[in-house]
Amino acid sequence: MSLRGKAAIVGIGETPHKRSWPGRSAMGLCAEVAAEAIKDAGLRREDIDGLITMGGIYPSRVAEYIGIRPVNFAVSAGWMGSTSGVALTIAATMVNEGVANYVLFVAGGARDPENPQAMPGFRQEAGFQSEWFAPYGPAAGANTYYGLLYTRHMYQYGTKPEQMAQVAVNQRFNAGKNELAAMRDPITVEDVMNSRYINYPLHILETVMPVAGAIAYIVTTAERARTLRKPPVYLLGAGLSQGYDNHWYMPDMTQTPVVYSAPKAYAMSGYGPKDMQFAEFYDCYTILVSCCLEDAGLIPKGEAGPFFESTDTTYKGTFPINTDGGQLSAGQLNGIGASGCQQLVETVRQVRGEAGERQVARHDLGIANMNGGTPSQEATVVLGSANAL
Amino acid sequence: MTMTRPQGGAPDGAERKLPPKPLPLQENKALTDPFWQAAKRHELVMQRCKKCANWIHFPREQCPVCFSQELEWAQVSGKGRVYAFTNVHQAQHPAFQADTPYCFAIVQLDEGPRMVTNIVDCAPDDVACDMPVVATFDDVSEEWTLVKFKPA
Repeated sequence: MSLRGKAAIVGIGETPHKRSWPGRSAMGLCAEVAAEAIKDAGLRREDIDGLITMGGIYPSRVAEYIGIRPVNFAVSAGWMGSTSGVALTIAATMVNEGVANYVLFVAGGARDPENPQAMPGFRQEAGFQSEWFAPYGPAAGANTYYGLLYTRHMYQYGTKPEQMAQVAVNQRFNAGKNELAAMRDPITVEDVMNSRYINYPLHILETVMPVAGAIAYIVTTAERARTLRKPPVYLLGAGLSQGYDNHWYMPDMTQTPVVYSAPKAYAMSGYGPKDMQFAEFYDCYTILVSCCLEDAGLIPKGEAGPFFESTDTTYKGTFPINTDGGQLSAGQLNGIGASGCQQLVETVRQVRGEAGERQVARHDLGIANMNGGTPSQEATVVLGSANAL
Repeated sequence: MTMTRPQGGAPDGAERKLPPKPLPLQENKALTDPFWQAAKRHELVMQRCKKCANWIHFPREQCPVCFSQELEWAQVSGKGRVYAFTNVHQAQHPAFQADTPYCFAIVQLDEGPRMVTNIVDCAPDDVACDMPVVATFDDVSEEWTLVKFKPA
């Protein structure tokens, strides 16, 4: 049974992305965007009977803080950065099977300098990381994994950092029209190339900055969606794929699990890569956007470098990508699973025609990809308006 | 060497000792001791499946190819090639910061398995994918020896 056109996103909420946000907690920010999404959908708090929330937290705690009662369904999903895409697939299934009527996804994280968490990298739990990884001195955050992916892509396909820099430059242009983004000043390829390395070949301007904020959406059946306040944004295709925790154990490291998730999303939707009018692709690093676009068939494999050299991917361009500036400009939302939801929520705004000054010209059909891990897991979805049904 | 905690936590003016570089912390000592004991003797051994001859790294209790639990340890050549690398300028753990930039790499052994390591005895800028390398042993403490690689 296909989910095509049977469920829709009917409400969204997103806070500003802030480098630090004194006095606010993850729970408080989650409650704020939940309220925003409920209002956006034209629903009441009492209507929400299903909840999917981020990994590492019990949904009952989140429901209690917000003041919703997910009496029919709740789960905490832990697919790292791809959680929101997995959640959309789960939510669409649940509403279609009649398990729940309105499923809320919410995730977020705080950064309060007055309330610092333990310094990273000091605490050790015995496992793969502590025995086979940490003793060799990895770079900060997830940078190590994507630096490895980058050099391998450069080696196999001749990709140049100057070409990858263009990804960050185009996205920053888009962020100029996104008031929720933490970084909005335009940058040049030269700026990127002159910015310091966290780990070669990743310049800091090719790397996400963690920020505070929260994000949410609400899913219901297509039938109910048509009775609500905003035009429904239909789920037309969904594909999920899970790889390995340490991506270098896959035969070809340059190939992300998108090679499996995207074809499933296209097949369900009845559309192909050439039909897509714009793309919102998880962008923790420039190289990851490139690999995933290639694996989704939007760029031939290995040709992301020449593609970004020759294609205008801004919201005004021939193929708009990450029209709100992506995470590279907005900042990566803390909280397991919050980050990729930015890509989903921006797809919804664009399909609705609500993206304001950064609205793309053709917006009936878009593709979003949410990535997690090293890259270890992917959720690819095709979303569209009533015209695309 | 000491460093001040950047914010909060410690009382004003209090200094914290820089924690040492993390040494391997084993989840299953009985399973992985043969690897580390060999490293201490400056030998590189890998797990191999007795049923299907698959080389296994990281070590496991069961072969991920044929699910056999009959596994053995065998010496490997110590020769391989750089599969992927990244040169660290900002380390996650502050104890490594003084060594930056250094090369964090995945080496594919001639026998097949890939392992996390560092490329040493070579300027980070001179490291390249597919570069032939050979194992070298770094006695980082009395107890522990890390397997690193240098240009062959």
